[in-house]
Amino acid sequence: MNNKEINKTPKTKKHMGMTAKGRISNTIIYILLAVIIIIWVLPFFCIFLESFRCETQGMAGYVIPKKWGFDNYVRLFTETDFLRWYGNTLLIAVCTAILQTIIVLAMSYTLSRLRFKGRKLLMNVMLVLGMFPGFLTLIVLYKVLSGMGLTGPGAVPGLILVYCASSGMGYYVSKGYFDTIPKSLDEAARVDGATRFQIFKKLIMPLAKPIVIYTILTAFMAPWGDFIFARYISHAVSSGYNVAVGLWSMTERTSIGTSYTMFCAGGVLVAIPITILFMILQKYYVEGVTGGAVKG
Amino acid sequence: MTNLTDLEYLRLSKPRKILYKVLHFLVSIPKAILKLFKKIWGVIKKFGIKVKDEAVDIWTTFVNGSWQTKVSYLVMGFGNIARGQILRGLLFFLFEAVFIFYMVMWGGHWLSKFTTLGTIGLHNEYDEKFDAYVIVEGDDSFKILLYGLLTILFIIAFIVTWRINVKQNRILDQIVRSGKKVKSGKDDLKSLLDDQFHKTMLALPLTGIIVFTVIPIIFMILVSLTNYDAQHDGYSNLFTWIGLDNFNELLSWGSGSSNLSAAFGEILAWTLMWAFFATFTNYFLGMIVAIMINKKGIKLKKIWRGFLVLTIAIPQFVSLLYVSKMFADNGLINGFLMDMGWITKSIPFWTDPVLARVTVIIINIWIGIPYLMLIATGILMNIPQDLYESSRIDGANVWQQYMKITLPYMLFVTGPYLLTSFIGNINNFNVIYLLTGGGPTNPDLLTSGGSAGSTDLLITWLFKITTGAESNYKLAAVIGIMIFVVVAVLSLIVYNVIPSTKNEEDFQ
Repeated sequence: MNNKEINKTPKTKKHMGMTAKGRISNTIIYILLAVIIIIWVLPFFCIFLESFRCETQGMAGYVIPKKWGFDNYVRLFTETDFLRWYGNTLLIAVCTAILQTIIVLAMSYTLSRLRFKGRKLLMNVMLVLGMFPGFLTLIVLYKVLSGMGLTGPGAVPGLILVYCASSGMGYYVSKGYFDTIPKSLDEAARVDGATRFQIFKKLIMPLAKPIVIYTILTAFMAPWGDFIFARYISHAVSSGYNVAVGLWSMTERTSIGTSYTMFCAGGVLVAIPITILFMILQKYYVEGVTGGAVKG
Repeated sequence: MTNLTDLEYLRLSKPRKILYKVLHFLVSIPKAILKLFKKIWGVIKKFGIKVKDEAVDIWTTFVNGSWQTKVSYLVMGFGNIARGQILRGLLFFLFEAVFIFYMVMWGGHWLSKFTTLGTIGLHNEYDEKFDAYVIVEGDDSFKILLYGLLTILFIIAFIVTWRINVKQNRILDQIVRSGKKVKSGKDDLKSLLDDQFHKTMLALPLTGIIVFTVIPIIFMILVSLTNYDAQHDGYSNLFTWIGLDNFNELLSWGSGSSNLSAAFGEILAWTLMWAFFATFTNYFLGMIVAIMINKKGIKLKKIWRGFLVLTIAIPQFVSLLYVSKMFADNGLINGFLMDMGWITKSIPFWTDPVLARVTVIIINIWIGIPYLMLIATGILMNIPQDLYESSRIDGANVWQQYMKITLPYMLFVTGPYLLTSFIGNINNFNVIYLLTGGGPTNPDLLTSGGSAGSTDLLITWLFKITTGAESNYKLAAVIGIMIFVVVAVLSLIVYNVIPSTKNEEDFQ
């Protein structure tokens, strides 16, 4: 950091003539960035304001409420199963975060750091499997799950099963991370007589903290937004909904007239905790996303 | 098409250079396809040779084997137990016992019905006790198809296990002959944490993938060969094999009586168009935002970035549903514009087919830019700064720097990402379904199964067909397979035409 500062100072002095032009272009950029931020944040600001509107419950062509109040939040908890949906989603998210992290890490670690017969073949097969659209299999999964009683009111365990079972196929990002840990570490430990399990447990896992957190974070966040599977598997039984399906049902044509502001309130209640969690762990998320893209 | 040497190429004028490159690209596509077919043929040939080798090996093992080995051909695991590998032997034996038990009790029954998928559904039968006709359950095509498939897979698993059993006996013969000690069950368990550690690690993930992805996919491929839909639900009205008729119906352009193929063509075209625009608008605009934030002299970088990243955190269904309502006829945008007196009639963002498509793409930019900004920022920081320094000394302006340094570097590094993101957009269910629900309904696209709208992608169409009143499962299966074909062909072309410069091991 210090070095950079020292390098910078003489340069700006040398190009005094450039600064005027530079200042104009910087001003333009500031304006553009400000506009961008406003556009990006505005909808969330609007949804927040609209959730406090009390005079009407349907859609309105304006943002700022004429009568403020917590009516929508109160109605959300008294008139709908929102608490149930919230609990469902939280339960799903916690279970998914734990199971999925174990599965993804086992898969990616093995494919990245162990060499065995059929490894390349396995990766190619998964690549091909990944090309099938995810819910082509929805029909048969639904039938099988409903045979086991894991749909409708029992949708929560069913959804956990669906989210976790195939999560091994999403190993790419964490494999990319494991790939960057030098192989020589393993080799040194092997020479010292460590078994492969010991290397995994005592050597690599402590080094992999960022990717573990990234995996937990993404696994935890996904169920909050999932709509397709949740809707199909809960199959119009309100007690099996997650928040996405529940809030979506409020915006349907038949109910939007009375529950639009309630939808806004629900959206705020879902967004706030997730956003706080995300902000705390943002560093790991950014690392994972950027790393994942570079390594393909 | 002649190949120019480097020197000749450099002497071409700029438009000719571009022309040369484009022509080269086009020429290499058929080559790549040809290469692909050769590869497939090679795989088939290899497979044939492998089968022959296996058969020879099984024969010679039997002829040269000890008596324990010969017994193992019938009683699996006998050879292992006889030579002290109790654990392995028991597992083999147990597997065989379960297999035989299953086949006798259930497997044979399902297999025998598999070819017809059942002969009689719900029907009336005379019941002596009540002295009347009562409704009796018959076959269930769905169950027959599912259990039949499982039985076939079980048989395959048995054959593979049997083959492993034979191979192990051959190895045991060799060990006994050379006088070495046979591995005990304890050693086997130990090696699961060491030499065989990958088996321990992969057991759970692979079981999940096989049960919840592989088997369902095979099942749906089979469904695409049947007439499974609401009329033939497999229970009250059985379904059966109809071969490739479904594919024929979907792909016969205009010649069929249905307008299904026309609808499919139109939806496919829009899907590809959408994927193209969604991917590249996000890519370039996200990159520009990242460059602006990264520019030297711009302050508060963390805050700009932070606000954009914040929008990733909020679950997509909240933002998408809300934005969708903002653009509705009586939504915020129209309300605001009317209040200002700029328009008198609300703009039909979601009801005009063309405008709906444009709006969807624009809102997708709003969704996608924060991700792209993050990715691009990471990569931009990795570009060696001296490249920019030296180019500035040579008198390059910002635009030239972008075209000659930034863009090529970005494209090089994010090539694979672009492909995955294109494929992701082909299957981008959330954005379309939550924004428009596939609407506005398009009278041209009204088909026998699920009414498709103007912004429907193949994937949302698939969803509608599956969940709609028609429940046209056979068509859904065919569409799913077509999506796979489109994605696979695209990926193969891209990977074969653009030589993958990256070797996996390079990073280690």
